[in-house]
Amino acid sequence: MTNNLILRVVSKSLIPLIIVFALYVQFHGDYGPGGGFQAGVIMSAAIILYALVFGLDAAEQVIPSTILRILASLGVLIYAGVGVVTLFLGGNYLDYSVLGETRVAGQHLGILLVELGVGMTVFSVMLIIFFAFAGRGRP
Amino acid sequence: MIDIFITVILLAFLAITAVSIVRMTNLFAIIMLFGIFSFLSAAIFVVMDAVDVAFTEAAVGAGISTVLMLATIALTRDHHEKASTSHRPWLPLAVVIVTGAALVYGTLDIPWFGDPEAPAQMHVAPYYIERSVPETGVPNVVTAVLASYRGFDTLGEVIVVFTAGIAVMLLIGGRRRKSNARSNEGEEDDK
Repeated sequence: MTNNLILRVVSKSLIPLIIVFALYVQFHGDYGPGGGFQAGVIMSAAIILYALVFGLDAAEQVIPSTILRILASLGVLIYAGVGVVTLFLGGNYLDYSVLGETRVAGQHLGILLVELGVGMTVFSVMLIIFFAFAGRGRP
Repeated sequence: MIDIFITVILLAFLAITAVSIVRMTNLFAIIMLFGIFSFLSAAIFVVMDAVDVAFTEAAVGAGISTVLMLATIALTRDHHEKASTSHRPWLPLAVVIVTGAALVYGTLDIPWFGDPEAPAQMHVAPYYIERSVPETGVPNVVTAVLASYRGFDTLGEVIVVFTAGIAVMLLIGGRRRKSNARSNEGEEDDK
């Protein structure tokens, strides 16, 4: 598929749109449908499209697997870390109300951070799985 | 009225897709039909106003799963073996019919879709609907429940995803290629 001109041009113009849409789903999840899970999957779909059209090696240069491993762990760390921070601020585990000036502001911040962690982990784990499967077929 | 019409058509397509998946032997076509199946399910969820679930189904079920299954099929053999025609379908058919009848009988007790008296609507749902905006300031109730009220469950889900990634890395990912290349070089040196 790497030599198909039409596919290359179309996917080049599509990938930025997919990434912007993923970011929209990530940060607009409080107001509309969506959230970390969907955003992570959509974001990884952009990279997978890139890998399918331009080849696996090019995609692994865009996002090296070491960065993916760090991102996957960092996502879980952010989520669990928010819980630990709320513990230290005197609340229950994952009770975001203590994070901000007011209860509502704290909840908002907590949900945003937690969704970010979810998105990062889902994005990188999907890519790790895809690279692991697709990389085995390489000669 | 139009809702019921659309749902019936979508469910009919869902059944047709499922039957064609069962009757087909070409794995590539089956994977594509799985994707169509997921999209039809997502459309049904949209009709039922479960937009977040529909979103996830379309992105995960139709998108990523299809790509992963295609990647898997690229690793295995393309061709398929002819299914043997000698087996007798009567016992499995009887089991399926009895189980299906039991499930349909079970649905008779389920409250109607959107019934305000249903137990699911009486338990914690009114609390979330009334209190989620003043308590969390997040207009999307689904996000408020997922990330705040049920934050513990979502943390568990994220860890499940993370564990799946680690398992795949341990089983088939990572350094395999390099060690293979090294062992190949070793063999050449031996020769």
